[in-house]
Amino acid sequence: MNGAHDMGGTMGFGPVVAEKSEPVFHTRWEARVRALVMAMGRPLGTNIDQGRFAREDVSPAEYLSKSYYEIWYAGVVRQLLERGLLAEDELAAGKSLHPAVPIASTLPADAVAAALSTRFPYDRPAAAPNVFSLGSKVRTRNIHPAHHTRLPRYARDKVGVISLIHGPHVFPDSNASGRGESPQWLYTVRFDARELWGADADPTASMSIDAWESYLEPAA
Amino acid sequence: MDARVRALETILVEKGYVDPKALDAIIETYETKIGPRNGAKVVARAWIDPAYRARLLKDATAAIAEFGFTGRQGEHMIALENTDSVHNIVVCTLCSCYPLPVLGLPPVWYKSAPYRSRAVRDPRGVLADFGLRFPPETEIRVWDSTAEVRYLVIPWRPPGTDGWAEEQLARLVTRDSMIGTGLALTPSTLAAQP
Repeated sequence: MNGAHDMGGTMGFGPVVAEKSEPVFHTRWEARVRALVMAMGRPLGTNIDQGRFAREDVSPAEYLSKSYYEIWYAGVVRQLLERGLLAEDELAAGKSLHPAVPIASTLPADAVAAALSTRFPYDRPAAAPNVFSLGSKVRTRNIHPAHHTRLPRYARDKVGVISLIHGPHVFPDSNASGRGESPQWLYTVRFDARELWGADADPTASMSIDAWESYLEPAA
Repeated sequence: MDARVRALETILVEKGYVDPKALDAIIETYETKIGPRNGAKVVARAWIDPAYRARLLKDATAAIAEFGFTGRQGEHMIALENTDSVHNIVVCTLCSCYPLPVLGLPPVWYKSAPYRSRAVRDPRGVLADFGLRFPPETEIRVWDSTAEVRYLVIPWRPPGTDGWAEEQLARLVTRDSMIGTGLALTPSTLAAQP
């Protein structure tokens, strides 16, 4: 979706300001939210793309007015409400008012270390050969899906070159809506800065995105 | 927000969905075990061991796993080597994708609108925000992490470090140098650190 999360190229946010000696977490609640989102993955039974969509599928005003972990809090609450693991009246009361619903599994404390160091690879066996090769010239499609997508607006309808081939990967556009993993070949596509930002862009700069095959078409 | 998050946690614990000790363990891991010191070890070894450097550039996921640095958001790693003519910088314009097993959780600026919006449109301007200025002919490569591939920048080894041991070299490798918004420390900047 064309949401406020898709920030590449937006102007007016000002300079990047880095904090000196930044702590991993600034407040207790931020740490709890970060951990809750991870720990609730199993009871929710949701995937990473569903989590991302729950955070970005809000009005631009809301997205831009919330802090990072406020967005994460809202995202996990939305997923809990959608799946019936939580009810609005419970949030208001601050306590459980209804029986728990059956869930697939939880994350016990003694399983955290293993869960954090376990890989969850997103590559999948190839069902078909790759359409594009290293060095192929491609044009990103001019698409504006209303659902989750990972093709940023600044890189749509632009000509670039395939610079890496990663193999078939889970397709987020499908995975985010529960329509299955539908793996597609994933490529890194490199664009000249001038192709993306016009003739007065830095001639020595390039921008690369990782793009699934259906985001791309051959370019002459 | 503190009260709202406490309330949410209370409900989820009461329902048996979440173990508060698991939350403690996750937080402790990110605060004390997973961080940029991991990535610094990878970079230092790449600097002194040509065979390791070659493995890292060929298959970064496997080369990083040699240290035991594996796990979520590090499943598909690519190492990007800075040279005297190429500088790499990594961003996630759509959210906050970051190579957790080697760098830990991202800093606030990496997740912020100023960085996400401008790194792709004006990378030299963003680098200048970090005090970095490159000659006009230096090639700037920006990598937007739009999939589950995660990028680790291998900064340029600073001069004056010939004969340094791997552990010494690792102290020169900053978090920002592995994102591309910084350079490795030099022996003199390291000595000046508190």
